[in-house]
Amino acid sequence: MAEQTKAVHKEPETASLKDMVLGNARAWGIYLALVLVIIVFQFLTGGRLLNPNNVVALFQQNAYVLIAAIGMLMVIIATHIDLSVGSVVAFIGGVGAYGMAHWHLNWMLAIILMIAIGLAIGAWHGFWVAYVGVPGFVTTLGGMLIFRGLATVVAGESIPLQSREFRAIAKDYVPNILGWWGQFDGLTIVLGLLAIVFVIFAQFKKRKNQLKAGVTAEPLSWVVLKSVVAVLFIGYFTYLLASSGNAEQGGIPIVLVIIAVLVGVYWFVLNRMVFGRNVYAVGGNRKAAILSGINTKRVDFTIFLNMGFLTSVAAIITLSRLASATAQTGMEFEMDAIAACFIGGTAVTGGVGTIPGAMVGALIMGVLNQGLSIMGVDAAWVKTIKGLVVIAAVAYDLLSKRKKG
Amino acid sequence: MEVGKSTDQGDVILQMRHIVKRFGPVTALKDVNLTVKRGQIYSLCGENGAGKSTMMNVLSGVYPYGTYEGDILYNGEECQFKTIRDSEEKGIVIIHQELALVPYMSILENIFLGNQKRKGIAIDRDAQRKEAKRVMDIVGLKENPDTLIANIGVGKQQLVEIAKALTKDVKLLILDEPTAALNDEDSAHLLQLIDQLRKERGVTAIIISHKLNEIAASADAVQVIRDGQTISHIDIDEQHPLDVDALIRDMVGRSLTNRYPDHTPHIGKEMLRIEKWSMRHPLDESRLVAKDVSFNVRAGEIVGLAGLIGAGRTETAMSVFGRQYGTHAKGRIVMEGKEVNFPSVRSAIDHGVAYATEDRKVYGLNLMKSIRENTSMASLKSLSKGGVIDRIAEGKVAEKYRKEFRTKAPTIEMPAGNLSGGNQQKVVLAKWMATNPKVLILDEPTRGIDVGAKYDIYEIINQLADSGSAVIVISSELPELLGICDRIYTMSEGKITANLDAKSTNQEELMKYMTSSQALSDDRVYA
Repeated sequence: MAEQTKAVHKEPETASLKDMVLGNARAWGIYLALVLVIIVFQFLTGGRLLNPNNVVALFQQNAYVLIAAIGMLMVIIATHIDLSVGSVVAFIGGVGAYGMAHWHLNWMLAIILMIAIGLAIGAWHGFWVAYVGVPGFVTTLGGMLIFRGLATVVAGESIPLQSREFRAIAKDYVPNILGWWGQFDGLTIVLGLLAIVFVIFAQFKKRKNQLKAGVTAEPLSWVVLKSVVAVLFIGYFTYLLASSGNAEQGGIPIVLVIIAVLVGVYWFVLNRMVFGRNVYAVGGNRKAAILSGINTKRVDFTIFLNMGFLTSVAAIITLSRLASATAQTGMEFEMDAIAACFIGGTAVTGGVGTIPGAMVGALIMGVLNQGLSIMGVDAAWVKTIKGLVVIAAVAYDLLSKRKKG
Repeated sequence: MEVGKSTDQGDVILQMRHIVKRFGPVTALKDVNLTVKRGQIYSLCGENGAGKSTMMNVLSGVYPYGTYEGDILYNGEECQFKTIRDSEEKGIVIIHQELALVPYMSILENIFLGNQKRKGIAIDRDAQRKEAKRVMDIVGLKENPDTLIANIGVGKQQLVEIAKALTKDVKLLILDEPTAALNDEDSAHLLQLIDQLRKERGVTAIIISHKLNEIAASADAVQVIRDGQTISHIDIDEQHPLDVDALIRDMVGRSLTNRYPDHTPHIGKEMLRIEKWSMRHPLDESRLVAKDVSFNVRAGEIVGLAGLIGAGRTETAMSVFGRQYGTHAKGRIVMEGKEVNFPSVRSAIDHGVAYATEDRKVYGLNLMKSIRENTSMASLKSLSKGGVIDRIAEGKVAEKYRKEFRTKAPTIEMPAGNLSGGNQQKVVLAKWMATNPKVLILDEPTRGIDVGAKYDIYEIINQLADSGSAVIVISSELPELLGICDRIYTMSEGKITANLDAKSTNQEELMKYMTSSQALSDDRVYA
């Protein structure tokens, strides 16, 4: 992850394998935690957790957390919070369903309308936070009430979703264009292999660049180790997806494509673009950011605008999955997203956090959820256990930092 | 300053023996010994990162017994402090450089914070008020005890800390850089107070300080620590005044023949001229913080801005730099002969003005992020294309300045928060250099920085000037201004009071104008 770009005089340096493992131990902790949780539940559920269709369901059921957590991550890094996600999801879903039911909007227009409303709500929150200076907590607390109220007005009891296409988003798969190879979806296999080639290529290219730039390079053994782990992981995941589905379709669920695109785009924005850098700068030291010429108001505004966009995507998927809009949709979605960020190592005080971390945080909660429900544990207990996990994760993070002095 | 030097010989209050403190693989203290006699003012000296603060944290129980090796003998008995409270019960009180006061609580509440007097389950307000009055009288703090901490100056805040220590019946007072943020007057008062506490109440004091002249004037003994080891112990008395040069040698481990690098200026055309700049206090619009301030600076020139705290130097700089301070700012800014306007920080940067703030941790750096990201923070515009950062170019810039400025860090990926003060300052300078400034304003560029790193910073400033930039240095250390500047403006009460040639003036003359209230006439204000 963290590239070691050390200055050297002439000869390229190579760090030792031990340095790399120890240096990254903390960063890997969260991934190990996810693997551990998966193994434990795989065992407790008698192997049912990693049943291909359960894996697909894991993503379909948790897509809203994964997507909202991306936006929430940026909000929290910039030292704000958004409490309105659940209410906004209910409101946007309500308007979308209403539009399709009463104005006979086709499903694509409904999606455009829903995204537009999401952006408008994001701009509304952003305006108060960035330009009036109302704290995000207060602005979105207000938003939480406002949009839950409006959702009730719009959705009433409930509005059923008729559009087949709209419903497909959350439950269907990417078309099986390459046919079935035995019991496996051909497209999934091809994409899986491409991903493996790409990862190996990227790892070696990175090392080559490091050597060429004269910075301390990762040792070859580390690159190989990383590649092997990545190949095993992608290979197994590809196998699971390729064998998922039912009699008619299978392979890659559509929501997974949406999630993957969003994760990729936002990872790039946060790590490679000026805007992402500004988000971290505003969260790490707002005063220094102002005095470095960063337009912190615009950054704050954009963060909330973006949160509105991602909330609308979460709303679309939620409406599609539930197949009806109700006033009670999306309860505590914001809490799931916030919890995912914190489990994933985002600092409560802002300035620190990564997208992979937040995604893994969301998946840990998703696996807990799913594992426990496969085991038949009551939903009330699932919630209690999730609460304890959030505290434990942040406590672990703090304690491991403290040890380092 | 009149300070008594006689000490009761032989009566040892504190002895720290063979202290070793490790943080993971790093050994911060290798084998430090310290013997302080009762009633002494004992000074601890050393470069940043030498281990002074670590040592005091070991003593006061911030690092609990068992996490370090070695013994601490206090009044002859061995101490095993688990918490700060344990050491405070014995009368050892530490006052940290960053004051531990709550800004929106009153002086009174702060004095008793964590140590409230009680009557049953309630706070005994009368007893507290009486006690507060007593300790405030001792330290000479003439304020209403109900005044909020946020509304009094740093000098007075320091006195509140000492008053707080007095309520705990302090026997051994440890002060970490107590005068770093104070002006000369407040510093003198503070040192006088410490001396008075010693004489009247037998309080022993350990002072960690970078200000060598203060040590020379007030301390009875000096211990130099370097790289976690005791280097030397020097007793000071009337017959044996402190040899400052020797002390500096011990601190840096090499002889500093010249505390300021030689520099011959190559002065060119005027880069920046400020004409009649005025602005009002942000919270009190009736108060003019700057009144018709005019000055100029030329290419290759280093111009100093001298003044006491409250003179309006930082405020003026911040106001010019994109209206970051005050209200009703007015006046003309002329750059290279053209009138310009800086409605925002961005516009100032885009016009080639850079302002490195006085408090780098609060205003200068994102301590969570790497040297690389801090270096590029103000110049991402030129280091990116279509909003995408050119990481190779960014790394090159950060690496270039890390090498040029000799920033002590293994890689540019090191978080700025892990660097020492001097190296943090170098990162701040790198950040501004990366914007290719025509005019660079440096506010207290060497505050809280050790002697060796200061010299590095001076050299960097000279290089900047030689590369054709115009440099303005705001500093509270007069020798520093005299040592590095070509020309010095003095400011007092929001007005420019003098425009002096640095080579022909001296500290006394500067101080005279810094306390004058007579504005300099317009015809003599520009060079």
